[in-house]
Amino acid sequence: MKRLVAIGALCLAACAQQPQLALRGSGDLGVVIERASGRVAVVDNSAAAVLGSVDGLGDLSHASVVFSRDGRYAYVFGRDGGLSKVDLLTRQLERRVVQAGNSIGGAISQDGRIVVAQNYEPGGIKAFDARTLELLADIPSTYGAEGKRSKVVGLADLPGNRFAYALFDAGEIWIADLSAPRQPKLSKFRDVGRQPYDGLVTPDGRYYLAGLFGEDGVALVDLWRPEQGARKILAAYGRGEEKLPVFKMPHLRGWAVAGRRAYLPAVGRHEVLVVDTATWQEVGRIPVKGQPVFVMARPDGRQVWVNFALPDNGWVQVIDTLDDRLLATLAPGKAVLHLEFSPKGEQVWISARDDDRVLIYDTESLKQVGSLVAQNPSGIFFTSRAARIGF
Amino acid sequence: MKGLVLCLVLAASFAPAAQATVVPAPERQRQLIRMVRQDCGSCHGMTLKGGLGSPLLPQDLRDKPPTSLVATVLYGRAGTAMPPWQSKLDPAEAAWIVEQLLNGFPNE
Repeated sequence: MKRLVAIGALCLAACAQQPQLALRGSGDLGVVIERASGRVAVVDNSAAAVLGSVDGLGDLSHASVVFSRDGRYAYVFGRDGGLSKVDLLTRQLERRVVQAGNSIGGAISQDGRIVVAQNYEPGGIKAFDARTLELLADIPSTYGAEGKRSKVVGLADLPGNRFAYALFDAGEIWIADLSAPRQPKLSKFRDVGRQPYDGLVTPDGRYYLAGLFGEDGVALVDLWRPEQGARKILAAYGRGEEKLPVFKMPHLRGWAVAGRRAYLPAVGRHEVLVVDTATWQEVGRIPVKGQPVFVMARPDGRQVWVNFALPDNGWVQVIDTLDDRLLATLAPGKAVLHLEFSPKGEQVWISARDDDRVLIYDTESLKQVGSLVAQNPSGIFFTSRAARIGF
Repeated sequence: MKGLVLCLVLAASFAPAAQATVVPAPERQRQLIRMVRQDCGSCHGMTLKGGLGSPLLPQDLRDKPPTSLVATVLYGRAGTAMPPWQSKLDPAEAAWIVEQLLNGFPNE
């Protein structure tokens, strides 16, 4: 009996201890989307380990993540319009709202107080209180005479609690000023080009670029001089040649800039386009293995890593930006969907969906140094994104 | 003569449906299901409820002629982001996919 009591006391002590998490920071954490399971794995970057997972996040077949300023919370935007606030330290789903029928991603404001979702259906953006997920503003992407709503792509956070985004169906770029979030102010740039498919803002917050699918080129707005309107760059990169079938849309976001050059995917071509960000003139194009999906600069800008649409989605190529030549062609796994650099870029994590693995590469030796198991992994997001403009 | 023409027209319009009776082998079916869910799913959603591409659930496709759906899969749709898949699929496979979509697409 005495023994039983002793065991009981031990258990009580253990059980009481259990919810107590070890004290730790959040700057070394991240999430990996497990797209088929509606779940995110919470990962420790330095330990190269999965700490646990959080499920019940809905349809994550296309998902994106932004982080609170303190790096504790991940806001996960799912395909089904779900916006989930996940606590990375306790690994709990803290709040969740289904805010649209069909959603593509989101961004968080400069001051960290407003989370904005970009939606396909119903088309538009919605702004939420980052703490409570209470709806603050609903801005439909209505365009043209018939009052149709466009799908929204390319949402980027800008200085001044503003957000830039593009209207796929309308060929417009809008900027929403949410400095008073319940009274949003809109500026619209019309006829920027046909079918903008994604957008990015340069890391300094000055230029917004929207890649065009319906024609060759990229729409550009100088956000410091918005009165100049939108202009088109790289308008002749295809020279009227027939495009290859595009089996997967390229993605932009703010990784493209390395030094004074931007590296952009050519739509329907096996090329990466190189642009001088001082003049916005094309200064080169780099032939690559397939149609680029993500073209991402290592944080120091010395390398650019590229993955590809199918049938070339087993390859990753590395470009040396000193002379814009290919440094390596890697075969990390089957169906490479995404890459994410560690905060200062000594490693890159690569998701191989059909191998159920995340591969970790050293970016100097270009050798695999580790791997993690994840079910159908897609996006990888580290909390270092919290401090970047554009996300 | 008129009867023959009608017959030919009918035969033409049923051709893809007839091809659907050429059922892909089980291993290929698994590949096709994965391809639709994962790769078509990057635009149409893994649950096929739509995204940048249109929804592909039975209720969304019911009123569209299967022949034109098969043609869309094989040849794409000009002016939209839908690419031609004929380099990845033969006509019988496209017809089988359309048939599955109309009946409610199988899960992986």
